[in-house]
Amino acid sequence: MIYLDNAATAKPCKEAVEALSHAAENNFGNPSSLHKMGIEAEKLMNEGKSAILKRLSKKDGEIFFTSGATESNNTIIRGVANALCRRGKTIITTAMEHPSVARVMDKLEAEGFNIVRLSPKDAIDNFEEYIADNITPDTILVSVMAVNNENGFITDTKKLYTLVKRQNKDIIVHTDGVQGFCKIPLTGDFISMSGHKVHAFKGIGAFYAAKGTRFLPLIYGGGQQKNLRPGTEPVENIAAFSAAVKAYPEDMSHFELLNQRLREGLAAFSDIRINSLIGKCVPNILNFSVLGVRSEIMLHSLEEREIYVSSGSACSKGKVSSVPDAFGMTDKEADSAIRVSMSHSTGEKDIDELLSGIEAGIKRFRR
Amino acid sequence: MREVIMVKYGEIALKGLNKGTFEDILIKNIKRRLRHLGKFEYMRRQSTVYIEPVSHDADLDEVIEKLKTIFGIGAIQRCAVYPKDFEIIKEESVKYLETALQFARTFKVEAKRSDKTFPLKTPDIQMELGGAILEAYPHLSVDVHNPEVTVMCEIRDKGAYVSAERIIGAGGMPVGSSGKALLLLSGGIDSPVAGYMMAKRGLIVDAIHFVSPPYTSDRALMKVETLCEKLTAYCGDVRFFCVPFTEIQEALRDNCPQEYFTVIMRRLMIRIANHFCKENEYGALVTGESVGQVASQTLRAIQCTDAVAEFPVFRPVVGMDKKEITEIARHIDTFETSILPYEDCCTVFTPKHPKTRPDIADIEKAEAMYDFTDLINKAIRDTEIKLFRVEGNE
Repeated sequence: MIYLDNAATAKPCKEAVEALSHAAENNFGNPSSLHKMGIEAEKLMNEGKSAILKRLSKKDGEIFFTSGATESNNTIIRGVANALCRRGKTIITTAMEHPSVARVMDKLEAEGFNIVRLSPKDAIDNFEEYIADNITPDTILVSVMAVNNENGFITDTKKLYTLVKRQNKDIIVHTDGVQGFCKIPLTGDFISMSGHKVHAFKGIGAFYAAKGTRFLPLIYGGGQQKNLRPGTEPVENIAAFSAAVKAYPEDMSHFELLNQRLREGLAAFSDIRINSLIGKCVPNILNFSVLGVRSEIMLHSLEEREIYVSSGSACSKGKVSSVPDAFGMTDKEADSAIRVSMSHSTGEKDIDELLSGIEAGIKRFRR
Repeated sequence: MREVIMVKYGEIALKGLNKGTFEDILIKNIKRRLRHLGKFEYMRRQSTVYIEPVSHDADLDEVIEKLKTIFGIGAIQRCAVYPKDFEIIKEESVKYLETALQFARTFKVEAKRSDKTFPLKTPDIQMELGGAILEAYPHLSVDVHNPEVTVMCEIRDKGAYVSAERIIGAGGMPVGSSGKALLLLSGGIDSPVAGYMMAKRGLIVDAIHFVSPPYTSDRALMKVETLCEKLTAYCGDVRFFCVPFTEIQEALRDNCPQEYFTVIMRRLMIRIANHFCKENEYGALVTGESVGQVASQTLRAIQCTDAVAEFPVFRPVVGMDKKEITEIARHIDTFETSILPYEDCCTVFTPKHPKTRPDIADIEKAEAMYDFTDLINKAIRDTEIKLFRVEGNE
């Protein structure tokens, strides 16, 4: 089995599995309990927060745990919009966002907010400046993904943050860091993260909130996590998340080599379009179109060889994604797009197998 | 208190000398469906089946839900049974009807007296029982034209039956009373509805489906299997033939003119279906085609596909529009599954401009450009058969 769909979900690492079972056996207390079991559980949770803050290179600020990145994104965007709606009604975002951001924006728009959606295709070389140029006095929030899930396109969040704050330090910057976390540096007043994309488990996510930021909670309950995200904290899952974050390698050169190998291999075939712009995308994701072969057919034929890739974004079974349009892809390119997303256990042999699978697919399906 | 469920026949009631055969099939079907819900005693009399629970834990609400999906049943009534003593009937039924009457505003009593030896005549029963009810529930008033609740009181051979709820049954003929047919099940909205409609006419319906991996995905097959499962609620056990179709479609793509793909593909499907009909004694094919919907469903295209069918092809939704079909699909709970967006084999290699008025001679010529016999035989050999059983008969 060759699993090349790590941007959809990544296999839980050994460290996460061990941390989870250890916590379940030994630290199953409720962090809110006054006794020793509760204190032990709380410690474990705080260790998790520290591990994430450290990985984000943040000294202060708060980590909130959620059920996943969808909840993180919903909480931040809605929570900030609700907290700041008296100051302004304009939110700047992009046309390539994940549905867990895009659909919240649609809802806010229906409720009377002014949503500005910018496409990378309109300023592919200086997207950060382009975003900052669109700021108006009414802008309260800028929400942008650090790494696009379908093609790996990077928005430099540090640059964006500086440009935005230079214009107006009161504008909140939200970074959807799901695909960028552990892979590239992330900056923002709020940063969303997901556990299962970094080899922890599904069902756990988090977000960073910079010191002094304000948002209103989505749900109400027993006061946990400063009453901003109440609900008993899933200590076992937090322990696994923290272990996975600690275990995630810093070095990305492994991906760069594989990425290059894949590109070179693809160059030997005719009518291939590389949709991940060189130098502008993370090396662990490569999106390309095998013109003349529909994505789904290529995907299933690779599946016959037990090679698992994605056609665009795995969250969107059969639904049309907004990403191809945001990058100016033609329908033909979008219909035949394949996303390969690697992990640190992906090897050169896997890439070679993939290439021969694609070659066979081209022979069989391209007419 | 004894409670029974009275099941009244639909169309079977109109049958002549062969009525008994139909009744037997209906009762067999009912027994099969109710088997996992408890022990019941069955008695048939005067075009009615009486179902009486033997065990006390039988959930009659659930029994009624199941009965509502059995074809051949005209109406279902849950009733209390009393001895044929009018004083007892009055006294007891006023109590029994409390749930039905306490929140109603209007009612009427409808009586039937098939036992003519009963001392009160029909109008007297209506008046007396109505009076007793009014006395017990003074908030009610009588409305003979549009009552909220109709209380029924039937004096039959074996006792008096009182009920306040008459449920319309699924109608039609009992499944198995008209023979067997093979449904071409695609995964769309129409074909499950077509299967349901033919089962309603008493046919045992089994299904055949064509898969083309890797052009179609496992999810598409899972979806069709879910549809089969849902159909069992009405059709009874469904045998499912899953035909591997990839090689045939590829040969078609490589050897025949594009504009004829769809019609030739359907002809090949029918040929394969013919084989299974002969092998398993199906007397007809059933499809979900509706005239004018897509290019393969024009009169000329239908003529071309029917030309290779060796059995009558039933198209029960042929004259219905999408809205009507969708309504039935929702009713039988297949709609949500049917609209899942997985591609089925019919849309693989769809030509941009299919011939909407194909000429049969042209089609035959195009089809003859390749000899499909070997591939058809191989597909038949490799067909997988699965059985989907009615709930409770696993």
